[in-house]
Amino acid sequence: METKLILELPNDLREIEHAVDFVMKRCATCRLHGSKLKFNLRVGLTEALSNAMLYGNAKDSHKRVRIEVIVGEDEIKARVTDEGTGFDPDGIPDPTSPDHLEKCFGRGLFLMRELMDEVHFNESGNQVTLVLRSDGGADEAGGEVDGA
Amino acid sequence: MGFQVEKQGDVTVVYVEGQLIVGNRQALKQKVLEQLESGDRKFVIDFSNTGYIDSSGLGVLVSLSKKIREQGGELRLADLNEDLRTLFELTKLDTLFKIADSREEAMVGL
Repeated sequence: METKLILELPNDLREIEHAVDFVMKRCATCRLHGSKLKFNLRVGLTEALSNAMLYGNAKDSHKRVRIEVIVGEDEIKARVTDEGTGFDPDGIPDPTSPDHLEKCFGRGLFLMRELMDEVHFNESGNQVTLVLRSDGGADEAGGEVDGA
Repeated sequence: MGFQVEKQGDVTVVYVEGQLIVGNRQALKQKVLEQLESGDRKFVIDFSNTGYIDSSGLGVLVSLSKKIREQGGELRLADLNEDLRTLFELTKLDTLFKIADSREEAMVGL
């Protein structure tokens, strides 16, 4: 049986840790491998929320971030929506390239793509959907990506 | 969750307790830069009690490493758990930092 969680957060970076902890506890029923659940989901969700607050909502404390999580037996789907104007995920350079390796930012989206089985954005780019499955796929790295 | 700074000879060791994330990265940056401004040049950050580092935390480490190098110093990292090592490997930051298995190993030859 699926469980659906919906959270609405103020645009406050201090809320991220609590929200991720809350979701992680509710995902304990999923059959995902321990480290995949604890590590990959934590990284993916934390980076999605961080991007939504810092870049999507541009640190505007009046805006909010919405999280919808569907927890199935073999799959977790998390959708994070901000109130910003969106962005082009394909316009973010590869942070592991020599030109960008010493940049202090730009690794969040990369980590999401590496650690989740699927990463989708809506057309305007203010909503990201992360999918993590128990059937192989992204064990510790190398998720399938369908950006933008 | 916080940071402790300890001097061991001429090496400044910073312990990261809990997490290094977007919410506390500036506090770490400020602590290390204060030490750098006071003349310290050799730094080890000990992650033995760190559960998680997010991309903002990684960014701060890159920034600090550059600033320390610009002053002729060096920053080394120590005692990352398996998950944290994975983050450094995925982002190829393991090629940018000297990462040691322990604080003692990180201090050798620093």
